[in-house]
Amino acid sequence: MISRPSSRSSSPWLLAGPGALFFAGMILLPLALTVILSFRVYDHATGIKDAYTLSHYIAVVTDEYYLGIFWRTLRVAAMTTLICAVIGAPEAYILARMRNPWRSIFLLVIIGPLLVSVVVRAFGWSMLLGSQGLVNQALQLVGLSPVRLLYTETAIVIALVHVMLPFMVIPIWTALQKLDPMVEAAAWSLGASRFTALRRVVLPQVSLGMLSGCLIVFGLSASAFAIPGLLGGRRLKMAATLVYDEYLHELNWPLGAAIAIIVLVANLLIMLAYNRMVETRARRMLG
Amino acid sequence: MAFLALERVSKHYGAMAAVDDAALTIEKGEFVSLLGPSGCGKTTTLQMIAGLVEPSAGRIVLDGRDITNEKPNRRGLGVVFQSYALFPHMTVAENVTFGLEMRRVPRSERIERVREMLALVQLSVFADRYPREMSGGQRQRVAIARALVIAPPVLLLDEPLSNLDAKLREEMQFELRRIQRKVGTTTIMVTHDQAEALSISDRVVVMEQGRMTQVDAPYRLYEQPSNAFIASFVGKTNLIAGVWRRDGMAGAVDIGGIRLEAPSADFPAGTPVTLSIRPEKILLRKAGEGQLDGRIASRFFLGSQWLFTLETPIGTITVSIPNQGEEPPAEGATVGLDWSPASLRVIASAMAHPGGGTA
Ligand SMILES: Nc1ncnc2c1ncn2[C@@H]1O[C@H](COP(=O)(O)OP(=O)(O)OP(=O)(O)O)[C@@H](O)[C@H]1O
Ligand SMILES: [Mg+2]
Repeated sequence: MISRPSSRSSSPWLLAGPGALFFAGMILLPLALTVILSFRVYDHATGIKDAYTLSHYIAVVTDEYYLGIFWRTLRVAAMTTLICAVIGAPEAYILARMRNPWRSIFLLVIIGPLLVSVVVRAFGWSMLLGSQGLVNQALQLVGLSPVRLLYTETAIVIALVHVMLPFMVIPIWTALQKLDPMVEAAAWSLGASRFTALRRVVLPQVSLGMLSGCLIVFGLSASAFAIPGLLGGRRLKMAATLVYDEYLHELNWPLGAAIAIIVLVANLLIMLAYNRMVETRARRMLG
Repeated sequence: MAFLALERVSKHYGAMAAVDDAALTIEKGEFVSLLGPSGCGKTTTLQMIAGLVEPSAGRIVLDGRDITNEKPNRRGLGVVFQSYALFPHMTVAENVTFGLEMRRVPRSERIERVREMLALVQLSVFADRYPREMSGGQRQRVAIARALVIAPPVLLLDEPLSNLDAKLREEMQFELRRIQRKVGTTTIMVTHDQAEALSISDRVVVMEQGRMTQVDAPYRLYEQPSNAFIASFVGKTNLIAGVWRRDGMAGAVDIGGIRLEAPSADFPAGTPVTLSIRPEKILLRKAGEGQLDGRIASRFFLGSQWLFTLETPIGTITVSIPNQGEEPPAEGATVGLDWSPASLRVIASAMAHPGGGTA
């Protein structure tokens, strides 16, 4: 055994120090303040009082209005994640199989939208999906009756999928890059059709990439603000827009803080549970 | 009629020909080795047969059926990949059973056949391991088991034994040969180990820079290499440059003023030729009693034989003699070299690359 000099043992702490300080200052501190805020008493006439209460949490979890919004948030985020996975996996596969000038071009096409502000893209979608938008014009052109898209969950999901797709494609694509193409070829030579080889051989190997993609997309969708704000309108709220309203319209900061904490905890629980479920299996298989 | 035929098959990557105009016919049940140095196109040839690389030109015919454009999963060939290409997310048993599943073999039979096959490659205790938990040689055997278990009509093996130790390699060679004899599987094996190619094949195909330069039974390949490259690649040999002379009925070769008797050959006098003589065909005699005298420059003991390098008037010559249990002449001694003229092989220097053409 080699004994380490004791002076060395402090260097990991020193090295991790700046990052840890930054993390504490930028994330832990505001979070702690928010938690404290969420327990403060609020009075409509006088504002925040110097006393503590659980009433905001109780109000949120017992009110149909808030629960409805939470369910919608969950539904929209789950739907967005599912659609992103269904579109993103084949997209990443095709991208990985492309040869080089095309691969670079299409990678840029996929990443490109990230360079445009989400607000701009949300406005773009609201123009496309509006009652006189391009989509409805096209529907009328082929003789179908126009549909109401803007200010519906469908609009939010469509726009979220558009924004989130790169976050799904890139981790899957990275996982595909690491794949030995001969492994897929081996499946073919053993009699597997292209589809079977994809399902039985390629997909399980990129499951970790897909898992991280799903986690990112779900997390970002559940806390998305600009898209539900612009495409959901005043009435169709999601968690983040609800928090915004409580803070800036109702001025009930403690209630907003309580909602934010509930969303954070729920999000965390869902993601951890999902991670445990899928990852332990995948880790054992892929090492 | 040939069971498997490559008809003028080529594969070009840009301007480079990985495989150039390959023609080969293989009979049912034959064991053929593709032998050649690294990068000569062996893997490419094999993968074209497997359907994983599309030929740029030519036809591949299997059992009378043109399979040039057939999908790999419809060819039904067993392939062992150079990189093994095991399924990393499946256990050893799942890897081996995959091909049977694809063939819709009933579950009970599947289990039985996988068990037998794992016993054959001596991996029974590893059935539930994942490939990454195994050594290179063990993975290689999983790859062999996975290809053999589907009992394919044609087996394509890309350096299937390269990672095994000498003893296991010999056992596996024996097993491959046994299975191949028993089931009558037509086998094509890629190797760059000439000893392996010679020992287990019915025929050996030598490839050089994408071209198949000689296709012959191992014995004939060794005794009658068609060019200097093959002579030196397949076994050891001494290559000596000279000029062809006619000498009555027999031939002779002039090497810097020294005339050596050689088997007759059909060259015009004055052709530059290369003489090839195998180290084991030269005998050591007392000085002055052989065809040439030489001084022993070095001497190596290899167990079953002694290996000498000798300085002679025709250049440095390697000689090997079997170990008979007594010590042969020492370094620095002068000895006579003798051989039977029939064991010399004369190769026209210009014939080094028959077929010629573009590279
Ligand atoms: N996809 C490819 N693109 C371009 N060149 C290639 C490609 N695949 C193979 N080559 C080239 O074709 C030639 C033959 O390759 P191949 O893999 O058949 O060699 P090999 O005989 O199997 O060699 P080794 O014994 O090292 O495995 C090599 O020069 C290689 O660089
Ligand atoms: Mg190779």
